[in-house]
Amino acid sequence: MAKQKVPSEAGIQISKPANAIWNVIFFITAIMCVYPLLLVFAVSFTDETQISMAGYTLFPQKLSLSAYAYIAKNMAAITRGYGVTIFVTIVGSAIGLLIMALYAYPLSREDFKYKAFFNFLAVVTMMFSGGLVPTYMVYVRILHLKDSLFSLILLYLFSAYYVMIIRTFYKQNVSTSLIEAAQIDGAGEFKIFFQIVLPLAKPALATVLMFSMLMYWNDWYGPLLYITKKELYNLQYLMYQIQAKIANLSLIANSPESVKDIPSEAARMAMAIVAIGPIILCYPFFQRYFEKGITLGGVKE
Amino acid sequence: MSSQTRTTQELGQNKQTKVKSRKKTGFLHELVKNKALFIMLLPGLIVMAINNYLPMFGLLFAFRKMDTVTKLFGSGWNGLNNFKYLFGTDAAWVITRNTIGYNVIFILIGLTLPVTIAIGLNELRNKKGAKIYQSLFFIPYFLSWIVISYLAWGFLSNEYGVVNRFLQAMGKERVQWFTAPQYWPYILVIVNTWKWTGYDTIVYLAAVVGVNKELFEAAAVDGASRFQQIWHITIPSLIPLAIVLVLIRLGRMFYTDMGLFFTVPRNTGTLHPVTNTIDTYVYRAFVMTGDVGLASAAGFYQAVLGLVVILTFNAIVRKYDKDSAMI
Repeated sequence: MAKQKVPSEAGIQISKPANAIWNVIFFITAIMCVYPLLLVFAVSFTDETQISMAGYTLFPQKLSLSAYAYIAKNMAAITRGYGVTIFVTIVGSAIGLLIMALYAYPLSREDFKYKAFFNFLAVVTMMFSGGLVPTYMVYVRILHLKDSLFSLILLYLFSAYYVMIIRTFYKQNVSTSLIEAAQIDGAGEFKIFFQIVLPLAKPALATVLMFSMLMYWNDWYGPLLYITKKELYNLQYLMYQIQAKIANLSLIANSPESVKDIPSEAARMAMAIVAIGPIILCYPFFQRYFEKGITLGGVKE
Repeated sequence: MSSQTRTTQELGQNKQTKVKSRKKTGFLHELVKNKALFIMLLPGLIVMAINNYLPMFGLLFAFRKMDTVTKLFGSGWNGLNNFKYLFGTDAAWVITRNTIGYNVIFILIGLTLPVTIAIGLNELRNKKGAKIYQSLFFIPYFLSWIVISYLAWGFLSNEYGVVNRFLQAMGKERVQWFTAPQYWPYILVIVNTWKWTGYDTIVYLAAVVGVNKELFEAAAVDGASRFQQIWHITIPSLIPLAIVLVLIRLGRMFYTDMGLFFTVPRNTGTLHPVTNTIDTYVYRAFVMTGDVGLASAAGFYQAVLGLVVILTFNAIVRKYDKDSAMI
């Protein structure tokens, strides 16, 4: 048996030289993926005079912690940015997950007569939207959400795409007979949902939670539209503001007064590192769920 | 009796029972019977109403006179004047060309490159290495567009950027990247590819791994080389997934990412001819110049084009495979 397997394995594998070539290609690709991050990391530890002489380099000759000293000095704004980001991320993804898990459940129930209609209502939102101006009008003129963190939360609370992922998972993993048995035992719909359905759907829920958290964490467009108060800036928007300020400065030359507030080259890169930090730390943990989620969503049932 | 007549009879019976029981299973009856299920739908419905359905009415802004941002319903109807204004400028052509052009390139790259990498990863003899490569390829997906625009600055900054320092070291002239529109089509495509390839690779990798191994073994017995096996077994088995992904992207054909087209080029005016898309145009008209009517008209144009594309594809898909049709 084992002897037979060896030649057949060889027949369905690439040759060793081909394997070596692929490894070289992938090694280069991997470096291309990581290099920009390493560069920013290195710059954040580089001495300012060294930057102005040699530019940005991966292996600076003169190291300095001054960029992080600048960060520490401006800790108040950054801490506030972190606070806003963390608050919006946790509250938004938790409430959003509950809303989407709830919405997906009736859609997964074969005996629910209007499941096709409510499914349609969700699918339409994936394909058609009012766009920027009407959405802005609803948020600002009708709901008065300008300068309210609730606007940042509301924006990504419900995604039909994730509802489909959860619904498919319910269908595949929660058997109808289990629900029927619980109904015969006299359990109400909510009891069935929270005590039977949700625990069975944990993998899909974890996946959607991760996607949702990443969306909130990386959001800069929401604050760009709805936030003007400095104390409500999130981390990404704080970085956006710094970048925009510099772009404006290059238009108006010789304005020494505003130059003072602009962080140095290294300090800006340090900000990027500070903003990436938690994501990279969570990365190995995230990755498992993301792969599962992409697979769930990518292969349409 | 042929089976056909039998099914027609059955259908007729079903129809009758449906008519008879309509009173008992009407919407109100259903609402009372499945009260709990409707309550579960409610929060989602409210959010959709605010985020999606209410704004759809706002598309009518495009036909109204909108002088200021402050008034919700503007000051009277304006007919097609907003559209005349929009299509009277070069901008309409430029933003349409850019939006479609970039999306077509992104779709082509997003199809070929990730498939190639996924197949390559699956072929690697060192499985641990494949796992490590895959993890590294996936990192860019996690970074926000703001962070990516900082990374891009690290490369393209006039004075300190890696690219200019490299050019200098090679004895060439520096390039003022942020005032040189001719390079930006390439830059945007590279940045977009950098961010998304790892993600797309994982989508295809799941399908590549799922190909039945026995097919390869049978082909190997018949003397097919590994390349022939990939060409005739792996790639055909990826086609259904590729079609679905391409269709989804074609449906988003008139939408672009603000992060890529607005933040990465730092909203630089000189670059607008090659970075302006419908989305950035709407944003700038609305927020920066406060031209609500023009922004609404462009938004309407985008929504209608998007809807036409989706309905067309849906009709085509429906013709060949009813279950995969969205509506």
